[in-house]
Amino acid sequence: MVAKFELSDDSVVVIIGTGSGGGVLANELAQKGIKVVALEAGGRYLPDDYINDEWDSFGQLAWTDPRTTSGDWRVARDFKNLPAWIVKAVGGTSIHWAGASLRFQEHEWKAATHYGHVAGANLLDWPIDPVEMEPYYVKAEAKLGVTRTENRPGLPGNNNYKVLEKGALALGYKEVSTGHMAINSIDYDGRMSCQQTGFCFQGCKWGAKWSAAYTDIPRGEATGNLEVRDHCHVARILHDDKGLASGVEYFDKDGNLQMQKAKIVCLAGNSIESPRLLLNSASAMFPDGLANSSGQVGRNYMRHTTGSVYGVFDKPVRMWRGTTMAGIVRDEARHDPSRGFVGGYELETLSLGLPFMAAFLDPGGWGREFTTALDSYENMAGMWIVGEDMPQETNRITLSPTLKDAHGLPVADVHYDDHPNDIAMRNHAYARGAAIYDAVGATRVLPTPPYPSTHNLGSNRMSEKPRDGVVNRNGQTHDVANLFISDGSQFTTGAAENPTLTIVALAIRQAEFIAGELSKGNM
Amino acid sequence: MDTREGPKGLTRRQLLSRATAAGASFVIGSGFMAARDAAWATELTALKSTTFATLVQMARDIYPHDRIGDQFYVLAVKAYDTAEAAPVIEAGIAALDQAARGRGFANYLETGWERDRVDILRDMERSDFFQMIRSNLVTGLYNQKAVWPVFGYEGESYSKGGYIHRGFDDIDWL
Ligand SMILES: Cc1cc2nc3c(=O)[nH]c(=O)nc-3n(C[C@H](O)[C@H](O)[C@H](O)COP(=O)(O)OP(=O)(O)OC[C@H]3O[C@@H](n4cnc5c(N)ncnc54)[C@H](O)[C@@H]3O)c2cc1C
Ligand code: SF4
Repeated sequence: MVAKFELSDDSVVVIIGTGSGGGVLANELAQKGIKVVALEAGGRYLPDDYINDEWDSFGQLAWTDPRTTSGDWRVARDFKNLPAWIVKAVGGTSIHWAGASLRFQEHEWKAATHYGHVAGANLLDWPIDPVEMEPYYVKAEAKLGVTRTENRPGLPGNNNYKVLEKGALALGYKEVSTGHMAINSIDYDGRMSCQQTGFCFQGCKWGAKWSAAYTDIPRGEATGNLEVRDHCHVARILHDDKGLASGVEYFDKDGNLQMQKAKIVCLAGNSIESPRLLLNSASAMFPDGLANSSGQVGRNYMRHTTGSVYGVFDKPVRMWRGTTMAGIVRDEARHDPSRGFVGGYELETLSLGLPFMAAFLDPGGWGREFTTALDSYENMAGMWIVGEDMPQETNRITLSPTLKDAHGLPVADVHYDDHPNDIAMRNHAYARGAAIYDAVGATRVLPTPPYPSTHNLGSNRMSEKPRDGVVNRNGQTHDVANLFISDGSQFTTGAAENPTLTIVALAIRQAEFIAGELSKGNM
Repeated sequence: MDTREGPKGLTRRQLLSRATAAGASFVIGSGFMAARDAAWATELTALKSTTFATLVQMARDIYPHDRIGDQFYVLAVKAYDTAEAAPVIEAGIAALDQAARGRGFANYLETGWERDRVDILRDMERSDFFQMIRSNLVTGLYNQKAVWPVFGYEGESYSKGGYIHRGFDDIDWL
């Protein structure tokens, strides 16, 4: 059943990357009868392969090819070669993700309009409006089986959630729940319900959490229209003398350079690799990189304003038991500049196992201040801050002038400086998070710095006008009509919400657009 | 006076008299190390015994957990006992002893209070040697499954069916 296409077949759509964006797009196109070759740098791993062990799983799934960092963000100091935590595997980061699936709030589609001028920020309205997105959100929620949408019940709250809920309600917060999760609370779509194993970040061994790896990818393959080639690292997107994309060059399993022809190329390598690939595809016709006449490729990189708060109590919590992101407080997600910043943030429960807690609690920290906190690991509750960060032109992905990867390709440098708005928001969130735990009797509160970026956004952003961004409202690059961006890098702004539901909704929408264009003979 | 039997039939007193270590571990002869409670013993191949004992103490001072036995710290730094790593470690520990002498102590191991040893470490916190030891300890120590129970961490849970029937929501003090 699984399709096999010739390298010389120039009628196929080539998708680069098979994560939340690329994996969904591949299936959606295949379901519509469109022939797709999906190239994925990583290998194939299914629930049986996932490992309930943080470092072993990281070694199995994470993207560990070299990258460099710069800028004043703390990640550049603490994890200078690991700016981001991303998966390199068929299914991409949808294997690691926690499953929090939130729609943007209406005003967040039009951040420039609602927030006004913010010095140093390169804010822009999305060229899409919320009404238009509504049906795609409905489809995405059905695909992912998001709890508390349609008639899918919420998940039960674990210990970590109960602590959060009690503290949040005590402070008067109202929007407190076990959230909208792409984790089955009941059997759904042929997958079983959550067994509360607590290794959501390591890949769900029960398949209770949605991941493209074992849903969209095999379903797309079953149509006979999708061929997924794993261990294939795309090196360059090629174009013809009319400036249209004509195919891609990639290193196959054995390290041999291959060339796959294409009718359409869709790039979905996540917000660090996608701009890197466009920049690495520079040619005589496109000396600054492909689709980069605006100079915006790689710019406006966003990663959400993040941080964590861990509370220590005099009795056990055992936060690692059960769903990692088990609940949410949404009251602070509103836009309310009286707090001293624009945009808002969500507070979501989070738990790390002991090995990751040791690595991430206070990177570089040592001595008794550090170890007494870990000694209380069993009595800790944890939450993660995720808020809207400001797009800044100077926060950008560039090619390292010196460092190359195993294929000899220049690696990505990730530059990020916190905007004053980000810092004000993070400090506000630290204080509110601490207050929540204090309200339940915390004996100690630990404001924990950001981890390597799990949400990577914006580096090929969507804009109405070609000069302001890289792609139009359909994710089609302004410069190259048959080249699309299909991952989180097309985000115009980041909103306060975890991005994947929106990435998936945009991929479903883009598949419709591409199918429409093909049937009209426009490609 | 404590006359408990130590490892290899030596009394605790004899051990103490032969030990160069004021800290947790004892050097017995050359190339063989044992803990006071015989919970661990390790054969050295490249590092000097005193160097290794100092390294173990340094590891404990960086990440002190009073409920974690020496054997885990030993395991966490044992990887440095190779011909390749030895020169860097010998030099680093020599610098550590030098710093201790600069503060009026005989050497690092014989600096009796953790507070004083931590002051010595703070002075060298930015050195490559310190950073190498510290950062490798993060996985070297905390990724040992055998230490997890000390922290209450239960590790792998899939094979036990997750926590759905094993207390994912059993908090009873809220
Ligand atoms: C621990 C963790 C928890 C998370 N939790 C949540 C959550 O609860 N909610 C939420 O909304 N989001 C969450 N996220 C974020 C979410 O996983 C990502 O936003 C999303 O998966 C990004 O989708 P993407 O398509 O942009 O990229 P990815 O899913 O990262 O896919 C990119 C793929 O492209 C491949 N690739 C890259 N370059 C090349 C190349 N040159 N050639 C071939 N292949 C290439 C990569 O190997 C990868 O498989 C989490 C992320 C992490 C790490
Ligand atoms: S807690 Fe639930 S969703 Fe998370 S890994 Fe376990 S079974 Fe899967």
